[in-house]
Amino acid sequence: MSDVTAETAIPVPPRPWKYRDTALRILIPIGVVIGLLIIWQAIVTINEIPPYILPGPVLVAKALVRDWATLFPALLVTAQITFISLMLALAGGVGFAVFLVQSRWIETAFYPIAVILQVTPIVAISPLILIYAPSTQVALLICAFLVAFFPILSNMVQGLKSVDHNLLNLFDLYGASRWQTLLYLKLPASLPYFMTGLRIGGGLALIAAVVAEFAAGSAGAGSGLAFRLLEAQFRLNIPRLFAALLMLSVLGVLIFMLTSFIAWLSLHRWHESSLKREN
Amino acid sequence: MTEQAIASPPHASHPGTRRPLVVMKSVSKVFSSGTVALSDMSLTVESGEFISLLGPSGCGKSTALRIIAGLGDTTTGSIDWPSSRINSRGLPEGDISFVFQEPTLMPWQTVFGNVHLPLKLRGVSKAAARADIMTALETVGLKDFADAYPRELSGGMKMRVSIARALVTRPKLLLMDEPFAALDEITRQKLNDDVLKLWRDTGITVIFVTHSVFESAYLSNRIVVMKARPGRVHADLPLVTSLERGELYRSSEEYRQACELVSKTLLDAMGGVEEH
Repeated sequence: MSDVTAETAIPVPPRPWKYRDTALRILIPIGVVIGLLIIWQAIVTINEIPPYILPGPVLVAKALVRDWATLFPALLVTAQITFISLMLALAGGVGFAVFLVQSRWIETAFYPIAVILQVTPIVAISPLILIYAPSTQVALLICAFLVAFFPILSNMVQGLKSVDHNLLNLFDLYGASRWQTLLYLKLPASLPYFMTGLRIGGGLALIAAVVAEFAAGSAGAGSGLAFRLLEAQFRLNIPRLFAALLMLSVLGVLIFMLTSFIAWLSLHRWHESSLKREN
Repeated sequence: MTEQAIASPPHASHPGTRRPLVVMKSVSKVFSSGTVALSDMSLTVESGEFISLLGPSGCGKSTALRIIAGLGDTTTGSIDWPSSRINSRGLPEGDISFVFQEPTLMPWQTVFGNVHLPLKLRGVSKAAARADIMTALETVGLKDFADAYPRELSGGMKMRVSIARALVTRPKLLLMDEPFAALDEITRQKLNDDVLKLWRDTGITVIFVTHSVFESAYLSNRIVVMKARPGRVHADLPLVTSLERGELYRSSEEYRQACELVSKTLLDAMGGVEEH
């Protein structure tokens, strides 16, 4: 309420307030997290809960430092699978969407196949993929790709079909080629839809990479964080399990921040979703 | 070839020709739903005319305009361009522009980028088009807004950008489909005056679709009143005035009489049928 009156009543924007606002926006969530960690540690210490059931945050931090040499390469493997599959899903999703909207018949013929791929639980087909794929890494990539592909595809199809009809008429009127209409009108117009697909797909790619690795259960030097997580569970090394979990969360947050930033970067100058309302 | 089309003022390129600019010959249009939007419409448009297509909703005035623009085929009949070079799509090469009811701007492009579009589609680069774009923006009084995005502009300003985009190719024929219907009265009057000035200065031919008697009587030197169900021409009224159209004309007896005549004709066209 206070900043509303400040905006309307005082012509000069009160700068110190703005900084305080920003600072609070960062400090409050951090404070809450620290508070929760303290409560967690207190519960563990007071109740003398053994670390193989619930380790305290201090123990998890120690495990993170101690097992860094094991966990970090695993994180890189998972991150790599996530990003490569996301890139493939972006290229495939956009490409297939452009192909689908070329004619109503193409869409009628191929869209159901995409839906079938999407609605079939990925865990259920991962054993098959593991048999046919030349290596476990490739199998994981295919699984993560299949999951991230669909939201990007369906958002892109929606975006490509939602182009302003008058603008399409205008392009017709000026004799634009199919290629020009795609490049200068349809693709830019569906950018907001693409960004939605990207954000959903980014999150799903990580989930799918982890789930696929659970299903694959691959061991060895090139295994990802999900395997390290399972391994820690088998060995009742619960602090390490929490440490691996923490790394996955951080990776997820980073992906979310990155995709949100890309969306902001490409839309903030013109799209309604990125505008601050001032009224 | 495209360079030439942009460089030469269109109205000067055919000195002394008295051939009509566009001729509609018994054009009919039946939509796939079976609706007869246009029935046996004939219209001859002379170069330099300001024609209003006036009529109740459903009289096919917008359909007629779209058919002239080449958006949608005729069911029967034909459109001829006696004084233009025809391209492979049966349209005069770069000679027509269209202004829609909405500004129809690309929100991801600046004002400059939006006005550049018709030239970009012909393969003219930004640098080569700059002078033409700035001239078009100057004509509509938006020279200082070249780098603004459409969302930063008011409704009237967006419409001006739309007009600038239509002018940047220096067309012979400007088609306007109820362009100011969504604007407030004050902005609308201002834009009407601007379009009139543009018409006087450049000698461009304008076909203006409207459902406002006052707008059509103020702007045009010929009013084609249309009738609904099926859409067809009801009356073709020439409107020659002694005064130049402007503030003085707006409050003159001559304008009042013109409005009265057009009103009567329109009422007649609606044939006493209850309109909603």
